[in-house]
Amino acid sequence: MKEEILCAGYGGQGIMVMGRVLAYAAMNSGYHVTWMPSYGAEVRGGTAHSMVRVHSNSIASPAVRYPTSCIVMNKPSLLKFSKRVKSHGLLLIDSSKISDGEIKQAVVGLNNICVKKAPFTEIAMSLGEKKVANMVTVGAFNKVKKLFSIKELIKAVSFILRDKDELITINEKAILHGYNMEI
Amino acid sequence: MDKNKSLTDVKMHYCTGCGHSVIHRIVCDVIDELGVREKVVAVAPVGCAVIAYEYWNFDVTEAAHGRCPAVATGIKRVLPENIVFTYQGDGDLAAIGTSEIIHAANRGEKITVIFVNNGVYGMTGGQMAPTTMVGQRTATSHKGRDITRDGFPLKISEMISILDGVKYVERTAVHNKEGISRTKEAIKKAFNVQLNNEGFSMVEVVSLCPVYGAKSIKEAYQRIDDTVTKVYPLGVLKG
Amino acid sequence: MTKAKKILITGNEACGEGAVKAGCRFYAGYPITPQNELTAYMSRRMLEENGVFIQSESELAAVSMIFGASLAGARVMTTSSSPGISLKQEGISYLAGCQLPAVIVNIMRGGPGLGNIAPSQADYFQSTKGGGHGDYYMVVLAPHNAQEMFDFTYEAFDIADKYRNPVMILSDGALGQMMEPAFVDRKDKAKGRKQKNWILNGCKARKPRVIRSLYLKDGELEARNKDLQKKFDKMRKDEVKFERYKTNDAKLIMVAYGTSARIARSCCDELRKKGKAAGLFRPISLWPFPYKQLESLDKGKTKFLVIEMSAGQMVEDVNLAIQDRKRVYFHGRMGGGIPDEKDIINLANRILK
Repeated sequence: MKEEILCAGYGGQGIMVMGRVLAYAAMNSGYHVTWMPSYGAEVRGGTAHSMVRVHSNSIASPAVRYPTSCIVMNKPSLLKFSKRVKSHGLLLIDSSKISDGEIKQAVVGLNNICVKKAPFTEIAMSLGEKKVANMVTVGAFNKVKKLFSIKELIKAVSFILRDKDELITINEKAILHGYNMEI
Repeated sequence: MDKNKSLTDVKMHYCTGCGHSVIHRIVCDVIDELGVREKVVAVAPVGCAVIAYEYWNFDVTEAAHGRCPAVATGIKRVLPENIVFTYQGDGDLAAIGTSEIIHAANRGEKITVIFVNNGVYGMTGGQMAPTTMVGQRTATSHKGRDITRDGFPLKISEMISILDGVKYVERTAVHNKEGISRTKEAIKKAFNVQLNNEGFSMVEVVSLCPVYGAKSIKEAYQRIDDTVTKVYPLGVLKG
Repeated sequence: MTKAKKILITGNEACGEGAVKAGCRFYAGYPITPQNELTAYMSRRMLEENGVFIQSESELAAVSMIFGASLAGARVMTTSSSPGISLKQEGISYLAGCQLPAVIVNIMRGGPGLGNIAPSQADYFQSTKGGGHGDYYMVVLAPHNAQEMFDFTYEAFDIADKYRNPVMILSDGALGQMMEPAFVDRKDKAKGRKQKNWILNGCKARKPRVIRSLYLKDGELEARNKDLQKKFDKMRKDEVKFERYKTNDAKLIMVAYGTSARIARSCCDELRKKGKAAGLFRPISLWPFPYKQLESLDKGKTKFLVIEMSAGQMVEDVNLAIQDRKRVYFHGRMGGGIPDEKDIINLANRILK
């Protein structure tokens, strides 16, 4: 296993938590794992990203410049990171506010990568909480990549939110929804 | 009962007429009268009083130039039952340590500050201090302090006194008998503020340097009455 | 007793927890990226443990506050990143001069000047060669993962007390900000610690004490310095730490610490897969530097490749260990750049040709 994941989007979309849920699931599944946030100044101006490495062996640098999986939750992130996805990698897009034309333009010329998209934010709104778009995405991501068991993902999110009991149910629901959706 | 005195028998190195000798005595007398010698941890400054620990018969530490209030903060927070005071000159407190004194005061640290203002840097050879009088000649203001170049005498006690964390600030002088007894009362009050856990206390003692900035001790005394106390009026600024 | 569980934790927080478990109950610091999580963590933990947390007005004040708290008997720590550590040099020199224990953490970022907030290792000289004035040294420990951020900080307090000298944890923005699994539970040393017998806490039932670095009498300061040097010599003898990885048969030994060592290690594995005999020597104590231990790996033809996130600072120490400098190579990135595995492997292949 050598998965290098980059999650990107606006500040407030739960990009850091997204990475942490994946990292916790990885740790509890017995892998070596690192999680790293994008730096302060980079966060100013709206976009933020977190980087997760999941390896069978020990991990060198925690930074992920060329991801094997890239999850983009907004248009600036799509434009910034789509060209960096490694060959045979995955580009997963929240298409809620990006038109098909824009996506096509962003991925033109990218060969050998798997592009998947779904309106995760809209789906989250239909579940009653816009903020769980990140967890719907995590669920869907795991359905495509099959990195961890769904049980580990649920465990991870309830651990991370252990001080915020009231949020656990909706986040679990979001992960399950993402995991069971067609993508 | 503690029979030891706070002042040691060591002969002080200060120049004849120097305010430090008097102020050391006052501080030690007050500590003895309050009976707190064994509870004191003092912070000595950089400047003429740098070896004050030679004369003080209680626990003393040094601090980097200007950092006495930060060091005292560290001590007092760890030892809230002890009496912690700093003894600082005008270079230490009003120039290089301006930040530390303002913030310690503003945090309301329960420490006492003895601020000795003699208007000149004695230790390094008579350079201009932030508190040097306008027009006063020093090693670094050859034609006298020039406000267009050097700014004005810094009124640090006034600045400190407006801060909410501060309980007591008074300015006194030691150039006459009356001033000396007033200084003693003020320092005692300041220590009592700390003993009663009330907040930050500071006494600015207008002092004199018999060597730098004046032709004679007499002239130095005269200047305190004529000029210094006009710029730095004596009295209680807060509390 | 239940076995402690690994948790996912940032290096910064692991460092903070290491301090708390070591009995640190006094922290002063000033926010600076990329170590902000550490200051925030200590703010929370000192509250929980009834310790003292002060957000100081400056780095100068922070280091002076821990100076005061240390001489009053507390276990103390301050943390910062490169520009802030420059300011703390004044206090570090005073701590060493006054023989006060303290732990100082530097989560290095790019420099010089304001630089940037990306990881760097460009403060090696400042840390190991005496960043402040005067003849002093301090033990400098370089962790390379979250576990060591915890462990080394935990142990640093004992080293500081043992020698009555500051100890530095030298880390970088990547190690500070990244999360990794780690065990962060060890015996809490806050409990049952004996009061130190040299502190200032009021002279009741004893003679007054003075803590100072000022020695004005003829010959006094030189004598004082000689005593300090004896202490530093003892550290040189007893505090050397390092790790070797596949060095026994290595024709090329990489020398790297911290984040660079992680990358070097992974390069060694890649090279080994291709049948190239590469190994890694990782200094853990950057001061005292493991000169002899490195020298002992030199079989006469062995090549050494130093990898740093700087223009080449530790390479000077490697040159002191390896007499034949022609066999010492260097690869460095500056200003926040992280060494790239491909670049290192290419260089290693060229060296081994």
